[in-house]
Amino acid sequence: MTMPDGRKTSAMLYLDGVHVSFDGFHAINNLSLTVAPGEMRAIIGPNGAGKTTMMDIITGKTRPDQGDVLFDGRTDLTKLDEAEIAELGIGRKFQKPTVFESQSVEDNLLLSLREDRGVRAALFRQRNPDDTDRIDRVLETIRLQGVRHQLAGSLSHGQKQWLEIGMLLAQDPKLLLVDEPVAGMTDVETHQTAELLKEINRDKTVVVVEHDMTFVRELGVKVTCLHEGTVLAEGSIDQVSENERVIEVYLGR
Amino acid sequence: MKPFLLTGTLNRSATIFLAIVATAGVLLPALNLLTPDASALHVPTYLVSLFGKYVCYAILALSIDLIWGYCGILSLGHGAFFALGGYAMGMYLMRQIGTRGVYADPVLPDFMVFLNWKSLPWYWHGFDMFWFAALMVVLVPGLLAFCFGWLAFRSRVTGVYFSIITQAMTYALLLAFFRNDFGFGGNNGLTDFKDILGFNVQADGTRAALFAASCVALAASFLICRAVVDSKLGKVLVAIRDAESRTRFLGYRVESYKLFVFTLSACIAGVAGALYVPQVGIINPSEFAPANSIEAVIWVAVGGRGTLIGAALGAVVVNYAKTVFTSGPLAPYWLFLLGALFVLVTLLMPKGLLGTWHAWYGRRKPAPTAGATPSDETEFAGEIAKPHMAE
Ligand SMILES: Nc1ncnc2c1ncn2[C@@H]1O[C@H](COP(=O)(O)OP(=O)(O)O)[C@@H](O)[C@H]1O
Ligand SMILES: [Mg+2]
Repeated sequence: MTMPDGRKTSAMLYLDGVHVSFDGFHAINNLSLTVAPGEMRAIIGPNGAGKTTMMDIITGKTRPDQGDVLFDGRTDLTKLDEAEIAELGIGRKFQKPTVFESQSVEDNLLLSLREDRGVRAALFRQRNPDDTDRIDRVLETIRLQGVRHQLAGSLSHGQKQWLEIGMLLAQDPKLLLVDEPVAGMTDVETHQTAELLKEINRDKTVVVVEHDMTFVRELGVKVTCLHEGTVLAEGSIDQVSENERVIEVYLGR
Repeated sequence: MKPFLLTGTLNRSATIFLAIVATAGVLLPALNLLTPDASALHVPTYLVSLFGKYVCYAILALSIDLIWGYCGILSLGHGAFFALGGYAMGMYLMRQIGTRGVYADPVLPDFMVFLNWKSLPWYWHGFDMFWFAALMVVLVPGLLAFCFGWLAFRSRVTGVYFSIITQAMTYALLLAFFRNDFGFGGNNGLTDFKDILGFNVQADGTRAALFAASCVALAASFLICRAVVDSKLGKVLVAIRDAESRTRFLGYRVESYKLFVFTLSACIAGVAGALYVPQVGIINPSEFAPANSIEAVIWVAVGGRGTLIGAALGAVVVNYAKTVFTSGPLAPYWLFLLGALFVLVTLLMPKGLLGTWHAWYGRRKPAPTAGATPSDETEFAGEIAKPHMAE
């Protein structure tokens, strides 16, 4: 099926029949998933279900053995590397919060601003007033105005998670992949993170991987449950959590 | 707003460092040339050259700190770039000997006559001109680093694997330069130099000028490194050091950044080697010895990684200690001492001399306002870059 403007699908993210194996172990099995533009999707699934590996495939870290991975209807992500995929407009938050610990919060965001990533541009780049505005806006969204000049390494675990989300926002991506954003957060922080993601979802497509069911329920979006590298169930959180196979996977072992 | 690059806003320690280098560059030659031999203030020429050697080592240390301290690339082969710069200068100096050699051949250096060579190999052409040799001093190490780095970084060779292949690189060059038919004087290397730019290399005035030139080169290398690490590119380098894959997923081509800084670093090391050779009067394959490169890394660790100034300081302090030790009865134990020094510094002062001093000074200084001083902390961070070996 080809769409009139050359797109192969109207989806923002389209995975079809993807397989990945590590030394004979099938981490991803015939995985198919479609995320519409502007959608927020929650991905749940037990440990080892392949959620992180799926993100590795989308962001170019892992090459699938088989299957199609299309971004924005036309771009084949399996042919590109990490930097090219980032430049297309896909941002990724790691499962383990990863920020530049020995640099200030402001510098972390400055490094993330969407702009020429070339060596020469970086060498001769001058600081301009526009940067401050752009950084201000992100800081406001992630509610870290107060720690602007602190070292990222000195932030609390939750603040680091938000900073990393802020770094994605500074990149101004079309699609955000967020891996376990509330792991290790307090209830209040978890609630704030849900609010933050909803706010971000107003103009960006978001895929969130999360274990925390209260959090997923709070997001109130369509849920996909992965198990052994394949989609087990898809639908609203209530539908999915009532699904017999899902219950079996979560409780039956 | 302030541009990142070359705003001229150097912090206090950088200003002090440059002032010391400038003072040494003027004072030592002056005390050597302008005071009578008998004067208590007189600095003998051998000391001028000895200090000149330290200054060259300081430049080499800067070049290592630029890649290791800021980008986490541990090269254990930087002695090779230093030696290549040295050989390029040595070739110029050989061609200046002319008919004053033992065999008095107007074109061929003595060792080629001795080997019965009839004409100059192609790669020796042009080295009779200083400008050409000066260009090669930078280009040859730079080109080798570019090719080597291109292969290594593109294949994502990092960490200890990278360190090992840089050792292999310098060892391979050591073996190659040992061979007579390689055309660089084999085992003996290049020596018996007479003139540089028409001046006698042995003369006091020339020695003093070479020392001053080394100080200028140290200051210039420092300013270049400072400009690089203060630019946005410098922040990207630290980002790569601390979280390489995060940097990649932000869209940076990590390999291009590494390649740039590795090549620049090799060019600086080449300049250090070129200034070193006329001051010590010889360049031979032993400069490629893998142990030399490791020693240079120890200077940086001792002085303080990721501080630039600390690296230069470490090179001077460790080499001064080496001179003292190896000229006394403890000479045979120098390598043990160096090893012990490295272990002690790594365990007790992971930030090196300068980093430890900064931390101590920062703590002693009463806080200007109540509580923490985040602005101090961030300024500090740029300077005392925290080493993260693993990602
Ligand atoms: N690089 C790899 N090499 C080998 N096995 C891997 C690799 N990455 C992931 N796996 C395996 O694939 C499975 C899925 O892992 P992962 O995607 O991290 O799960 P999740 O994020 O859903 O907890 C796990 O069994 C894991 O051990
Ligand atoms: Mg995971």
